[in-house]
Amino acid sequence: MPNKIKGNSISKSISRRGFLKGAALGLASTAIPFGTADASVWDAFLQKHFREMNEDEIQTVIKRLEKEYDKKFDTKFNIKTTKAMPGTLFGYGLDLSRCIGCRRCVYACVRENNQSRDPQIHWITVLRFKKGEKWIDLEESEKYYYPGAVPEEGYFYMPVQCQQCENPPCVRVCPTKATWKEPDGIVVVDYNWCIGCRYCMAACPYGARHFNWAKPRIRKEELNPETHYLGNRPRYAGVVEKCTFCVQRTRAGRYPACVEICPVGARKFGNLLDPKSEIRYCIENKRVFRLKEDLNTYPKFYYFFAT
Amino acid sequence: MKVLIQQKKLYAIFIAVLMLLTSVLLSMNAVAEDQDGIPEFFVPPPPFSEGIFPCSQCHADMEVNKKRRKLFYHTNIKFTHAAKQRWCLDCHNPDDRDVLRLASGKLVSFEESYYLCGQCHGTIFRDWKAGVHGKRTGMWNGKKEYRLCVQCHNPHQPRFKPLKPLPPPIKPADIKYSKPTDEIPENPLNTVFPLKTISRSKNAK
Repeated sequence: MPNKIKGNSISKSISRRGFLKGAALGLASTAIPFGTADASVWDAFLQKHFREMNEDEIQTVIKRLEKEYDKKFDTKFNIKTTKAMPGTLFGYGLDLSRCIGCRRCVYACVRENNQSRDPQIHWITVLRFKKGEKWIDLEESEKYYYPGAVPEEGYFYMPVQCQQCENPPCVRVCPTKATWKEPDGIVVVDYNWCIGCRYCMAACPYGARHFNWAKPRIRKEELNPETHYLGNRPRYAGVVEKCTFCVQRTRAGRYPACVEICPVGARKFGNLLDPKSEIRYCIENKRVFRLKEDLNTYPKFYYFFAT
Repeated sequence: MKVLIQQKKLYAIFIAVLMLLTSVLLSMNAVAEDQDGIPEFFVPPPPFSEGIFPCSQCHADMEVNKKRRKLFYHTNIKFTHAAKQRWCLDCHNPDDRDVLRLASGKLVSFEESYYLCGQCHGTIFRDWKAGVHGKRTGMWNGKKEYRLCVQCHNPHQPRFKPLKPLPPPIKPADIKYSKPTDEIPENPLNTVFPLKTISRSKNAK
């Protein structure tokens, strides 16, 4: 009997020397190369939290990233770090009585914000509802509708994207503080600080956060090189991303890409602190609601009926 | 004599005050018209069919015929905009076809056609001025680009034309593993709004 057990391959002994050799080689292969030409790997590894960096440190990071993107995409990227304008709190309006569900906004957003084409990431989801009594039952909505022409008789459409909550549950759950609310109300992600745990995705009641399951792939001619550090700069595999109200455009005074593309003018954008803004006019004069208001997230995204 | 001069003086002052008042009133009126709820904006020119404007190039020598009839020119116009109640010259000015005419008799140019539409669609006109009805581009805190009503609504058939939607997102069941060498799908938006070809690659390397 004992002889039989000895012959079992599992009991084959490994010598101490052999084990140590293997362990040393294994460790060496996982180590970050240092001292070599790729010093930027160490710089990226040791980068401080975005909000703890001073202006010089941020500029160093931007230079490093621009170099990195240049090498990766063979394209000159311009990464801005524009701060929030004082006295602004961004709000968004969407006219449900006008939206025809044509999905122009979905793909204008993709063009502007460098989302991965494969695997596919969309920041805007357009939901189709049957008109009727239970009209806002999200469970009954259709996301994959594709008729020959829209709008269809008997249906209405509701695009959903990040609601830029004043009380964002996604920010609260982040274990690394890689996502936060900016002074102008935009919830942003630092892609260099995100560890990809996806707690925020689980916490978001609107399904507005998206995960890069693989290395994002975009055609070179479709890259948008005008970017913001907290917005549309190219992402990495394993990080979460979301709508930022086109922070690279809106902090320069422009409208978000989805507002500019909408063929029916259903999308409205402005400063909630400016009583003369379009969004304030909507809130004061139209029938307004916010999605899942009962969750106390205080969205700054207002759905309204203009008719 | 003295009293008379004083009276004359008073009279002069009275006239001066009156003139001042009228001028103030007039200028106030002008300001009100200027503001009129319409902020400074830029509108692209009206979308005329090619070669159709100015209308006077044909209509100048024609006799005005207000009768409802089958037209032998302008056959591409299908009039479905409350056609029972109206006919061409209720909006187009009979005496000078290059302008439009409001119900009040006031003439407005084609560039200001929103006054004409606003006669009936008052609430929509109010929302449009506030920036809520219709598409707005430009700067949210600065210069905005408005559009005329007729840029989205054909004035003769005002209902918004249905559009072909862009494709839906990929269903989770249809996601396939792709190798890094596989072709990257194109943004479907390019079929509707072609990508502006900017030379982005850095040739000077």
